[in-house]
Amino acid sequence: MLGEFFLFFVDGIRHCFITPKLFSKTVRQIYAIGAQSVFVVLLIGLFTGMVLGLQGYYVLVKFGSTGFLGAAVSLTLVRELGPVLTAIMLTGRAGSSMTAEIGVMRITDQIDALEVMDIPGMGYLVAPRFLASVIAFPLLTFMFDVIGIIGGYLTGVSLLGISEGVYFGRIESSLTMTDITEGVIKSVVFALLMTLICCRQGYNAHRRRDGMGPEAVANATTSAVVISCVLVLVADYVVTSSMLR
Amino acid sequence: MTRQTDSFEVDGRGAWDIRLEHVRAGYTGRVVLDDISAVFPAGAITVVLGESGCGKSTLLRHIIGLARPMAGRILYGGQDFFSLPAAHFRRVRRRFGVLFQDGALLGSLTLAENVALPLSEHTGLSRSVVREAALRALSLVGLENFADYYPNELSGGMRKRGGLARAIATEPPILFCDEPTSGLDPINAAQMDQLLLDMKERYPTMTLVVVTHDLSSVRRIADHVVLIRDGRVGFAGTADELETSNDPYLRRFMDRLPDDGAGRLAAAPVNPEVRAALDDWLKR
Repeated sequence: MLGEFFLFFVDGIRHCFITPKLFSKTVRQIYAIGAQSVFVVLLIGLFTGMVLGLQGYYVLVKFGSTGFLGAAVSLTLVRELGPVLTAIMLTGRAGSSMTAEIGVMRITDQIDALEVMDIPGMGYLVAPRFLASVIAFPLLTFMFDVIGIIGGYLTGVSLLGISEGVYFGRIESSLTMTDITEGVIKSVVFALLMTLICCRQGYNAHRRRDGMGPEAVANATTSAVVISCVLVLVADYVVTSSMLR
Repeated sequence: MTRQTDSFEVDGRGAWDIRLEHVRAGYTGRVVLDDISAVFPAGAITVVLGESGCGKSTLLRHIIGLARPMAGRILYGGQDFFSLPAAHFRRVRRRFGVLFQDGALLGSLTLAENVALPLSEHTGLSRSVVREAALRALSLVGLENFADYYPNELSGGMRKRGGLARAIATEPPILFCDEPTSGLDPINAAQMDQLLLDMKERYPTMTLVVVTHDLSSVRRIADHVVLIRDGRVGFAGTADELETSNDPYLRRFMDRLPDDGAGRLAAAPVNPEVRAALDDWLKR
């Protein structure tokens, strides 16, 4: 099983280098994975930041250190919640549609039709999604972080009365390039994981033993979302622990 | 310029016959076809005939390289297809045009984009030239006015004709058609047959393999017939030989006579309990 995933991953990456006319396909996927997810990412990012601001304030007020709210919100978002929540949201929105689309193409002979036209399915369907995810995930994570910090500002500064200068000053003094790099590395790892799981589940939907035809696609989609979300959290722990050393 | 590999010409448009030698085929542990040996002559229309579910489409999937036979060989121009190096295998497959049973058009592309796909992926032609070629192929199947429609906006027959347009867009030397007339009304079915004959007339060296159980198609287009029966070749010969055969099974098949199981309905009456439940359901 793991070997199959590994081979699928290697084949997908290999096709990123050998597939002709990959640019236009990748741009189309960036639109599907990235541009169409902007609104939901901004919405969730805003409320996550607002909740963090609210919860953070009432924890910090007990220690008389509400001035650290900006640092708490920004570090939590940039190092942890930004990449993880963005990845989980994109798995639900873009990953599920990836699996369903590729799965339907598989069970309706569309991938076979590509193969006999000498258009490898891995190059036409999987490689552009790998590239698009690796580009879109960090960008969306960045948007999530920024809007989350604004959300924290809305509750911390506008609602609860913390000084604006203190809020942003603490962000500036505590957030380092290492934190941002950690967030970017995580988002790239999550992008590869999500795309690998979702594409592979759809691509092999016809081989499932728990259903045939549309049921197989439905089961593949469910599996893809569940496995991706679990693996994102597992990978989060692994990357975090290796970065904190 | 042509490339040679062990005196096997993989480029160009030369005619090849297709030879099956003791092919055993099926799916994970289930043998559907056993010991299939047949020749599909170059430049002829060969019809693969047989009852529904006898393995015709399975055979086609193996012939076009989508599945590997469990045993036996499939030869193109005398070369074992599945023994070729990967690059040559792909070059041989470039010579194929394939019409799948339901067209297998890509749902996210318009009809014109579908037909243009092999050209836009494999050539450096400009968009306008590729679109013009796609429209030409669509005009051959009478769908030029539906170029910008998506597959789910078309009828089953139109999707099938669109699939044929895509299959012929590269003017392939070998054309495979899986059930081209199934699900079509008699007029559209006759048009599809005529289209295949026109293709043959336009490209005389083209080898056509048509999988069907439509007898009127067989009578109209077949030069050569291979009939699959019980997972084996039940008949191989010309269409005239098939028509004049005295084999009882072939006669029954060609004359559309029911088999011995025709009285199954009388032999298996509905369970009274089921009948009562159905009556009760209808009264509700």
